[in-house]
Amino acid sequence: METRRPELTPDLFEQIEAGLQDSERIVGPPIGFWRDSWTRLKKNRGALVGLVVIVAVIVVAYAGPLLSPYTPFGQDLARRFSVPSSQFWFGTDEFGRDMWNRVWIGTQVSLYIGFLAAFLDLVVGVVYGAISGLFGGRVDDVMQRGIEILNGVPYLVVAILAMLVLSPGIITITIAIGLTSWTYMARIVRGRMLQLKEQEFALASRSLGANRARLLTKHLIPNSLGPMVVNLMFTIPLAIFSEAFLSFIGLGIQPPDTSLGALINEGYKELRFHSYLLWFPTAVFSLLMLSFNLLADGLRDALDPKMRK
Amino acid sequence: MLAALFIIISVTWFISKLLPGTPFADQKLSAETRAQLFAKYGLDEPWPVQYGKYMLHVVQGDLGNSYYFQGRPVTEIILARLPISAFLGVQAILMGLVTGLVLGIVAALRHNSFWDSAATVLAILGVSVPSFVLGPILQYWLGVKLGWFPIAFFESWRHSVLPSLALSVFVIATVARFIRAEMLEVMGQDYTTLAKAKGLSRLAVVMKHVLRNALIPLVTVLAPLTIYIITGSLVVEQIFAVPGIGEEFVRSVVVSDYAMILGTTIFFSVLFILALLIQDILYGMIDPRIRVSGAKE
Repeated sequence: METRRPELTPDLFEQIEAGLQDSERIVGPPIGFWRDSWTRLKKNRGALVGLVVIVAVIVVAYAGPLLSPYTPFGQDLARRFSVPSSQFWFGTDEFGRDMWNRVWIGTQVSLYIGFLAAFLDLVVGVVYGAISGLFGGRVDDVMQRGIEILNGVPYLVVAILAMLVLSPGIITITIAIGLTSWTYMARIVRGRMLQLKEQEFALASRSLGANRARLLTKHLIPNSLGPMVVNLMFTIPLAIFSEAFLSFIGLGIQPPDTSLGALINEGYKELRFHSYLLWFPTAVFSLLMLSFNLLADGLRDALDPKMRK
Repeated sequence: MLAALFIIISVTWFISKLLPGTPFADQKLSAETRAQLFAKYGLDEPWPVQYGKYMLHVVQGDLGNSYYFQGRPVTEIILARLPISAFLGVQAILMGLVTGLVLGIVAALRHNSFWDSAATVLAILGVSVPSFVLGPILQYWLGVKLGWFPIAFFESWRHSVLPSLALSVFVIATVARFIRAEMLEVMGQDYTTLAKAKGLSRLAVVMKHVLRNALIPLVTVLAPLTIYIITGSLVVEQIFAVPGIGEEFVRSVVVSDYAMILGTTIFFSVLFILALLIQDILYGMIDPRIRVSGAKE
């Protein structure tokens, strides 16, 4: 087949003003990782409700006791077992202590434990995991054996043993939670490090002369933020649960101090006669756990679109 | 694995020596009686000797004698209580698996319907409400208000219903969420479309193609669930006064029965490490990529 070739001369072409760069222009404002995630999170009604409830519980836990003329420790046997009323919003316990105040100082303990565990997760867990994953080899082996040993005992048993050696109280709970809460985070971060450090962008950064610290802080950690945040959010309810359980069996916070777990235990003993003593701490506790779990679920979907099913 | 176990036993033994007080702190005991008791339990010997003897016995399956139950062997107490805890645990897992599967399958088949939302809400509630909150609620509602089941002790099968239920709620929630997600993924696969296009009935598509493929990964959550059941027994047996290992452990903590604490911790650790080992093996069998890359997450 023969094709006719028309003569192509420059005057056949017309210069258009639009520059070549136009196709490369970014139309919308750049959307970063966090804004993108936030947009997705906002669509998740459950997660938003969780976030709002958590903020509300934090505010009420600290502001609530100010609204009441009573103290959490003031005893008055004349008013013991008052049912909830306009005078005592959540009623009073067997020593006539105001439950409204006791529930909220108990919530403060739970919140403290939750955020402490999150902090330890971030500091100990991330550093441990990062070192283990980044260095690899023998260092990794030794550090992983360490985690294996801690994981080989149920975390509640580790916590109970810690409570036995030291005297029960908030500091001991802090140590017990600190011993156990960070191992999962360390494993996740290590896994990410092993995976990421072999990828091209890490290689590129290293060949440009970046040292380990720079590689870690500029590339590897930012790229692991998604799984880290998600794991963080699941650590918090677990830690709150551990403290409440220890207090529930009497090994945690000691009277007259209290926590939600201790309050649930006290209410549980009065279940048949003064059931309101159980319902208020139980409701606050369940609400808190539920909200953290909802938020964690939503964050997992928002930060890691691949996980969305 | 064995090395980890060895270190766990050693550290726990050492901790039990650090514990404040002695198991025979009763003021009424005379100095001679106490010395006799110490001699009987071998507590008068130097630490390295005690440690050596203990490790030697552990290897032979002898975890020492309980201080509280007049020298009954710890192994014997654990073995006597094991069937009760195991029965509760197995029953809870079975109840949880069946209910969770039904909930998850209904949720996936009626995706985005009322049933789907209901199952999802139920699942997240089940994960969030801890067993020691759920236990009292079940006791109050099903036990005291409705009087359907006895609320404590362990004398007949009816006694096992409430504790198993309290344990199984977490299992139900986990299994339901997991199977729902898996089914939704499988239903989007090409082979499901092909099965439908062949003109298979809806039932045949679901039973033969969707469910079978969705069930395989479920094996991977069984080991974590077993671990949860072991930890959960500490809580639930306490609430329902079930004479199992978990209840025994909490009791031995309260009365400072160190031999018992030590023995139970070792027993729990062996179970735990076995569960983790089985989990690793199952992961490798189901997803061969994990073995090739050698990275465990």
